[in-house]
Amino acid sequence: MSEHWLQFDGIAKAFHGVKVLKAVSFGVAAGSMVGLVGENGAGKSTLMNILGGNLQPDAGRIRFAGRDYLPRDPQDAAAHRIAFIHQELNLFPNLSIAENIFLTRFPRFSTTPFIQRSEVDRRATELLREVGLEIPVRRLVETLSAGERQLVEIAKALSIDARLIIFDEPTTSLTERETARLFELIARLRARGLAIIYISHTLRDVFRQCDQIVVLRDGQVLGSGPTNTFTTERLVSLMVGRPMSQLFPERAATARFQNATASRDPAGALLAVRGLSRPGLLENISFICRQGEVLGLAGLMGAGRSELARVLFGLDRGAQGEVWFDGNLLQDASPRERIRRGMAFLTENRHSEGLCLDAAVADNLSLAGLAEYGRTGLRWLPRGPLQDAITRIRGEVNIDPRVADQQPVRTLSGGNQQKVVLGKWLLRRPRLLILDEPTRGIDVGAKYEIYRLIHRLADNGTGIFVISSEMEELIGLCDRILVMRNGKLVDDLPRSEFDRERVLRAAIGNPEEASS
Amino acid sequence: MKKAARRLLEFAPLVLFGAVLVLFGSLSRRFLEPSNLVNIVAQASSTGIVAVGMTFVLLTAGVDLSVGAIMFVAAAVAGKMMLAGVALPLALGAMLVIGLAVGAVNAFFITRIRVVAFIVTLSTLFIGRGLGLWITETRAMNLPESFLQLGSARLLGVPFPAWLFGTVVIVGHLVLTYTPFGRQVFAVGYDARAARKAGVRTQRILASVYLISGLCAAVGAVVTLGQLGAVSPKFGQQKEFTAIAAAVLGGTSLFGGRGNVLPGTLVGALLIQALENGLVIINADPYLYPIITSAVIFLAVWLESLRNRVRSAGAIAVP
Repeated sequence: MSEHWLQFDGIAKAFHGVKVLKAVSFGVAAGSMVGLVGENGAGKSTLMNILGGNLQPDAGRIRFAGRDYLPRDPQDAAAHRIAFIHQELNLFPNLSIAENIFLTRFPRFSTTPFIQRSEVDRRATELLREVGLEIPVRRLVETLSAGERQLVEIAKALSIDARLIIFDEPTTSLTERETARLFELIARLRARGLAIIYISHTLRDVFRQCDQIVVLRDGQVLGSGPTNTFTTERLVSLMVGRPMSQLFPERAATARFQNATASRDPAGALLAVRGLSRPGLLENISFICRQGEVLGLAGLMGAGRSELARVLFGLDRGAQGEVWFDGNLLQDASPRERIRRGMAFLTENRHSEGLCLDAAVADNLSLAGLAEYGRTGLRWLPRGPLQDAITRIRGEVNIDPRVADQQPVRTLSGGNQQKVVLGKWLLRRPRLLILDEPTRGIDVGAKYEIYRLIHRLADNGTGIFVISSEMEELIGLCDRILVMRNGKLVDDLPRSEFDRERVLRAAIGNPEEASS
Repeated sequence: MKKAARRLLEFAPLVLFGAVLVLFGSLSRRFLEPSNLVNIVAQASSTGIVAVGMTFVLLTAGVDLSVGAIMFVAAAVAGKMMLAGVALPLALGAMLVIGLAVGAVNAFFITRIRVVAFIVTLSTLFIGRGLGLWITETRAMNLPESFLQLGSARLLGVPFPAWLFGTVVIVGHLVLTYTPFGRQVFAVGYDARAARKAGVRTQRILASVYLISGLCAAVGAVVTLGQLGAVSPKFGQQKEFTAIAAAVLGGTSLFGGRGNVLPGTLVGALLIQALENGLVIINADPYLYPIITSAVIFLAVWLESLRNRVRSAGAIAVP
């Protein structure tokens, strides 16, 4: 029998006349792990939402385990033992772990409407043990870390005795260690015969973990086959539709910062930090960032990188030490004051802190610049100039022209959302741009554009301070990289000395220290 | 330290309740006498019962402004029936049916026509009050003695309304904590979209809470009617606000997904009544009542927002 265990056959789906999926066909072998890759908007999520019962296809059919399969809703998919673990986990922080697992299938005392708590706890404990989580099942989910929540979500999948689990970008909010644990767990599940569909932008993980890869672009399958038939170059060019010899744009103006001693000279620095400390988080941190410099900050999760950024931007008070900006000492200046002086900060949580998701693109773009444009007369907003500025910025950050100004930001792809956040700050022409994980959860093509934008800003004299967990990104993007470990700055490398291994060693430290 | 603060905030309603008891107890000996305490419970019954239904609605991040109007319509119809010589059980049954019916109308417009709960229930509030005035011809109605007996009957020394209140609180608590439906109410209130994705029948849950709220409002009307023995044009007026206040005072969040009936709403309702009762006993200026009551409600809501802040501060502390 040539039919696969799971077979997509000519699946098509359109939203408001826009074809998101055009006759997608491919097969998945039983017990295999398939990497589903493609840019944001390629149709991966739509396809998986059809498989998970959240959406209905316009055409085509799915065969699953020898039968036609078309789930009406997520319940129906669960009944067919297909589980979908979304990128934004579908858990209720106000309920306990056990309640989250059994929310729609509580065991009850026979013929009564009452939940049999002892049975719920027993089964939940068992499931947690299977995913390697040893915590009380009555704990509220809001007390769990991102990694633990993911494990609860997997336990939920196991509770329906899943034969197939779909993971959508499961590692974006996990630490390295949690990611490693996740992959170990996935390997254990596969040993039991479960099949996995794995969506990710982290191609390295896809190459290491999956035994089959399917590439989607513009709603079509552009390539599929065993992992070893793909190379990174081929995969990227299939995904973005143009050959991309490099994942990072050329950095031309970097020569100025080649000289390490010159770059440490505080005179004329845009940002100079001296002896910055915050008990338990930051310890005696000193560095400078010059105009037009792209300065990277590497370190493991919890090394204090985001904390440093928050102190620099004035979000967390009570730090000792000095922050000089443009030759002025910033003493307890509020974020508002720092914005006025030309600082901008893109947080790592663009959903909760960087965007008003339900507001229109134009409104989001104009948010940080409102004060400036409202300064005339009665502070009414001059519609014309503001609209001109919005149009200009849209072009600068290259937001997809198909996106309307009045479209809610929620409906945009991750890449376009991040461009909106960037555009919002660019409207103010910042002199120092602090970026915390600027390309998290963004596809390759959009990443490239954001890198180009960062370089263009730097060439025009803006200082860029970028935090990233992706080593390749820092190495490809920056003029200089600082490394943090346990709240301390432990290394400072100019571009000529960039070395993956050296950065990693500095970030991890010696083993005894790391384990403490 | 943070844990202690969090603990204290979780128990804020109880602490506040204790403070009120101690304060009035020290100002007047009469306040803490058993007969007065029983009196407080009996007086709090009507509001408390309505507030239990309201708690269900608030837990789904909704609101039911029509409860006072439901009480009025139900009481007006029952009054007319009694005066026309209909038997008491039939009149009581009609009240409950009216509560469920208005609840069903609310549920229909909220879940099917998808109008915001605030607007829907505000409309049924006005329609209900208008209907009630029309039925009563804006005149007060005195009910037969049999209805008053309902309010003053005692079992084991405890008035009937207090028994009813206790029953509603316990049933409400059991449903919310020990049934799948109850847990799903919390899920829908936290995030309806996520609940639907998880396979919860969101619309059914939403519809149910408005039915429950309508039914509780009708039961509340029975209690009030039994205690007053009369229907005036002001019957049940602004009950929605006292009921919301009692629920919120008991720690139920207006944003859904957080709260409880026991001890929360029970304590909230008792607290409001104890406050009013105490003010009467110490002979406070009646004009002060609303000011003091709303100050306490403000305090409770402020504590609630503090509680949320502590909670989210804890949530950010993940690695």
